[in-house]
Amino acid sequence: MPTAVRMPALSPTMTHGRIARWRKSVGEKVASGDVLAEIETDKATMELEAADEGVLGKVVVPEGSDEVPVNEVIALLLSDGEDKAALDKSPPKAPERGPAPQPKPVQARLAQKPVPVKEPNRPKPASTEPAAGAATVTQTVRDALRDAMAEEMRRDPDVFLMGEEVAQYEGAYKVSQGLLAEFGPRRVVDTPITEYGFAGVGVGAAYAGLKPIVEFMTFNFAMQAIDHIVNSAAKTLYMSGGQMPVPIVFRGPNGPAARVAAQHSQDFSAWYASVPGLKVISPYTAADAKGLLKAAIRDPNPVVFLENELLYGRSFEVPAGDYVLPIGKARIAREGKHVTIVAHSISVAHSLAAADDLAKDGIEAEVIDLRTLRPLDIETILASVRKTNRIVSVEEAWPTCGIGAEIAALVVQHAFDDLDAPPARVTGQDVPLPYAANLEKLALSKPEHVVAAAKSVLYR
Amino acid sequence: MVSKATKSAPSGGKPANGGGNGSAAKSPSRDEMLAYYRDMLLIRRFEEKAGQLYGMGLIGGFCHLYIGQEAVVVGMQAAITADDMVITSYRDHGHMLATGMNPKGVMAELTGRVDGYSRGKGGSMHMFSREKNFFGGHGIVGTPASLGLGLAFAARYRDTDNIVLAYFGDGAANQGQVAESFNMAQLWKLPILFVIENNQYAMGTSVARSSAQTQLSKRGESFGIPGRQVDGMDVLTVRAAADEAVAYARSEGPMILEMMTYRYRGHSMSDPAKYRTREEVDKVKTERDPIDHLRGRLIKAGLDEDSLKAIDREIRDRITAAAEFAQQSPEPDPSELYTDVLLDA
Repeated sequence: MPTAVRMPALSPTMTHGRIARWRKSVGEKVASGDVLAEIETDKATMELEAADEGVLGKVVVPEGSDEVPVNEVIALLLSDGEDKAALDKSPPKAPERGPAPQPKPVQARLAQKPVPVKEPNRPKPASTEPAAGAATVTQTVRDALRDAMAEEMRRDPDVFLMGEEVAQYEGAYKVSQGLLAEFGPRRVVDTPITEYGFAGVGVGAAYAGLKPIVEFMTFNFAMQAIDHIVNSAAKTLYMSGGQMPVPIVFRGPNGPAARVAAQHSQDFSAWYASVPGLKVISPYTAADAKGLLKAAIRDPNPVVFLENELLYGRSFEVPAGDYVLPIGKARIAREGKHVTIVAHSISVAHSLAAADDLAKDGIEAEVIDLRTLRPLDIETILASVRKTNRIVSVEEAWPTCGIGAEIAALVVQHAFDDLDAPPARVTGQDVPLPYAANLEKLALSKPEHVVAAAKSVLYR
Repeated sequence: MVSKATKSAPSGGKPANGGGNGSAAKSPSRDEMLAYYRDMLLIRRFEEKAGQLYGMGLIGGFCHLYIGQEAVVVGMQAAITADDMVITSYRDHGHMLATGMNPKGVMAELTGRVDGYSRGKGGSMHMFSREKNFFGGHGIVGTPASLGLGLAFAARYRDTDNIVLAYFGDGAANQGQVAESFNMAQLWKLPILFVIENNQYAMGTSVARSSAQTQLSKRGESFGIPGRQVDGMDVLTVRAAADEAVAYARSEGPMILEMMTYRYRGHSMSDPAKYRTREEVDKVKTERDPIDHLRGRLIKAGLDEDSLKAIDREIRDRITAAAEFAQQSPEPDPSELYTDVLLDA
């Protein structure tokens, strides 16, 4: 019986791959360890090595094929002396995985009396969103981010990109593809693995008036550099009595990826959103990623731009041309009248999926994509709550002192009389993210949690 | 030239190599020496006044005085141009005055008043002057190394030949980001001088108790960064070493200057300084004081006591005026609480 060669999962987030080239042809002998094919993943081009010996009997998926699912049979190996007729038998099916156990939804209820707090006037964001119906292109979040950087680097010679693997490697997640070729090593700078140090270099360059984009391979590693983000970048305009602007963008993937366990899977949204002097952006769509990254690069203040590895490969419609969005303005991702669901980043996807499910039960959920976490567009949230009288917040981070906690506090403070139910929160579980596939699933927030939370605030 | 200053130094503070740079630098003119004398005296009198105002409750929080270390910044500053950039950590009043920042504005910041360089919102450790290319004033130990390297990156990015003086202390030399910055500085050959002000004590911990390699000028060796120890108590020695180092930084890249110096006062105003003896402090004061030493040289060069007294009076008057100004300047308006958090996009 022929041995099936399957599309391998070559990265934690890979779901599909492209067969760039077959390096062996039919009839050729194959030894274990020989390179069979070149596979393009969402991150890189990788070599597929043979695990078994034999003769390449049949190429099932020809080279140039896109979007080949992981685990699909792409070739058949015959063992020595095996008859070619064996190839005609149907290839073995991909192994199936059993369903994971369903965790109980996370909910927390806040119904404290509001404490009056004097707050500084929140800046009202300008409403300059481009009109619907403009020409768009379909783009991945990854390419939208790249285009945003490239366009701003063309526009302003003071903008440069620095970080680990941003230049020659073209980005650990392929976000900076083509930038070194276009802008050269002066403006696309590979750094050593030295987060605290190069974050300081970026901030110092911003003190001198340059506009650095500092990429962290992930925000988990930015924890080593958070001193410069908070102490050296966020506070300096204030500490200098307005003399020293710090025009810098810190960007990179944030939050859990897939199967990379606790130290590589933390959502820092609430950490940065608590710091005065920073702006914090956490987009979901490619259009928002582009429009807001361009705005962040042009902004004279330090901006923390939180991306999501699992979204890099997802495609959305992106308005053509010089598309810049206002920072600090949420987006109604879906209109509804029964319950408000507030989310950011990949949680917007969970919320939209939940809204589809809720619609089957006649519940019209309004989904708000926050897009910016600081300044938080509380006006948009309150306007929705005044309409629906119920609110659920959704995030991947831990529950304690999270974005959902902040939203619940603000809604209770400013719209207490409009609420027909205590605010509910959907969050990640209050544990470091586990590695085991089943435990990881249990730890993360999912659409069914959102559905359950929405029904709970509707008392259904 | 120089070198008498280093006769029989007390425990600590003396360069391992005797401190003279050994180069055949040209002798400084009397006018140059007079300028250094004025600058050092301005810093000393300023700091003494700051100490008084602190005692009167007019300056609050942490206040780290530079008394004893004046020769370092004055000698270094004399070797750079107005376009070069300076950054340091929290013992920063001397650096600000050396770059030409107005003592009135610095003192008014110390008293937390609206006419201070940061409009009263930064305080002793957080002051800046874009005009004088002084980039702070940073309260976190070690940060001037990497922030300063960013300034040097910008100088190179813009194709200027400006350099950066990044000052930090012997304690900061043990911070991880300092090693990270050494690595990137040499990797990219950026125009920066790391000036380690080795005043012997990181707060209360002596260099010997905190550092495996106590010759901090050697800290760049594994990165290929040249370093040298300099008698930081002699402004002329500092100036000569600075000239060479500045030229090196402009053409070759980073270099470390370890300035062997001494602070007379405690780490901050609240430090009783029990980690060292009164005799140790007194010995440095009587034998190596940078201002007394230069004063002696000026007299030898023929300057009369009356001229020096006139300078002393003039400096005292400037400092008195600065202290007056700093007490009369109003506190910031309460509305200032919410300004300067963000710039309008």
